Amino acid sequence: MSEGTAQQKTRTPAELMALAEALIFVADEPITAKLLAEVLEEDRESVQAAVEELTREYESRESGLQIREIAGGWQLSTRTEFHEEVRKFLKTRPSAKLSLASLETLAVIAYKQPVTVPEILEIRGVQSASAIKTLLDKRLIVAKGRKETVGRPMQYGTSKDFLIQFGLKDLSELPSIEDFEDLVQ
Amino acid sequence: MPAAQEQLEQFNFDFHKETAQIVGGSSDELKIKIGDFAGPLDLLLFLIKQEQANIFDIPIARITEKYLEYIRLIKRLDISVAADFLVMAATLIEIKSKMLLPRDPTAAEDEEIDDPRRELIDRLLEYEKFKSAAGMLHERSTIEEAVFTRGPIESDDNNAEIDASVFDLLTVFQKIVARHVDEIKMEIHREEISLADMIKNLKRRIFEETELSLLKFFEEMHSKRELVTAFIAVLEIVRTEAVKLLQSKTFGDIILRKI
Repeated sequence: MSEGTAQQKTRTPAELMALAEALIFVADEPITAKLLAEVLEEDRESVQAAVEELTREYESRESGLQIREIAGGWQLSTRTEFHEEVRKFLKTRPSAKLSLASLETLAVIAYKQPVTVPEILEIRGVQSASAIKTLLDKRLIVAKGRKETVGRPMQYGTSKDFLIQFGLKDLSELPSIEDFEDLVQ
Repeated sequence: MPAAQEQLEQFNFDFHKETAQIVGGSSDELKIKIGDFAGPLDLLLFLIKQEQANIFDIPIARITEKYLEYIRLIKRLDISVAADFLVMAATLIEIKSKMLLPRDPTAAEDEEIDDPRRELIDRLLEYEKFKSAAGMLHERSTIEEAVFTRGPIESDDNNAEIDASVFDLLTVFQKIVARHVDEIKMEIHREEISLADMIKNLKRRIFEETELSLLKFFEEMHSKRELVTAFIAVLEIVRTEAVKLLQSKTFGDIILRKI
């Protein structure tokens, strides 16, 4: 990276698109623009433009694959409409769903983070200890230090895995909690 | 991700159906799917909806009665969950009794009297927002379950051993061989002779040879353990049998002789 932008590779946009596609394909996790730019020794803007064009290309030719922005990076995946056939081939079943209690606890943590156990109890009106354990086991939430108050309770927040498993680009992609108020009434 | 959003309509989500239902069997028999309510607020919301009551004007007496009916059932089933439900029951009863009290006649006319239900309503509204948010998360995860990424690739990251050289292999092999030798040694140790066998053996030797050099006898032993056993056998045989110990000079060889 020391040569950086001064000695930029001379690639055509099509070449850059193809390279970005290859790297997004092999990446285990959603790959960020920063990482792509570093590996390809290109600036982030050209990488960004290349992936956006690639995404459009996938969409326009109605590919079986799609490029999505997840957890601050790009991810290549199959399209939702083919889930039945893909599942039939992979011989998998939908994984065990989170319980109602776990989902509620997760919702409170996602919107109120960093949040302590007593604060979750306050909103849910019920103990959430086992739900929190489930969420920690599934790595959907992480401990985010202690709150400087009486008893210094542990605070919890959502993890990167949460973004990945719920298909979120970042936390701001969650609808505002106030939007749910309209649904309520 | 507009594509995923569109999908939302295509699936039939049953999140709301998954919440509990009180199924009325015969008139006084209430069948409840226990544990389907996420908490006392969830139950309360359900009862309010079932009674088709206005959340801002909860018929507290009726709702409390229904709530307690449910509590009686749950108490028999799960004590740990029941605790939080009981706290809510107490709150409901408190509100109910507060509402039965007559208005303070000395209070000023224009003064807005506090509705005892106010705090509960606020909590219910706040809770319902998160309940909806939980439903949204449920829908999102269902969409995500319909999306597949490629399987893992064997890279250095998830398969570090692939990096090993021939010498690494050799080192590992040597370690395995070394471990094998240890195991064999342990097996040798296990070849022991019991004291009874040793005594029998010694008796036979003395009977056959009439004279037995202890030094020679002890030298036949393979291990410390066997030596100790042999020594005890000698002591035992001298004590119980007609055997004599002879020593020609101090620190010299000892002869065992049958009398």
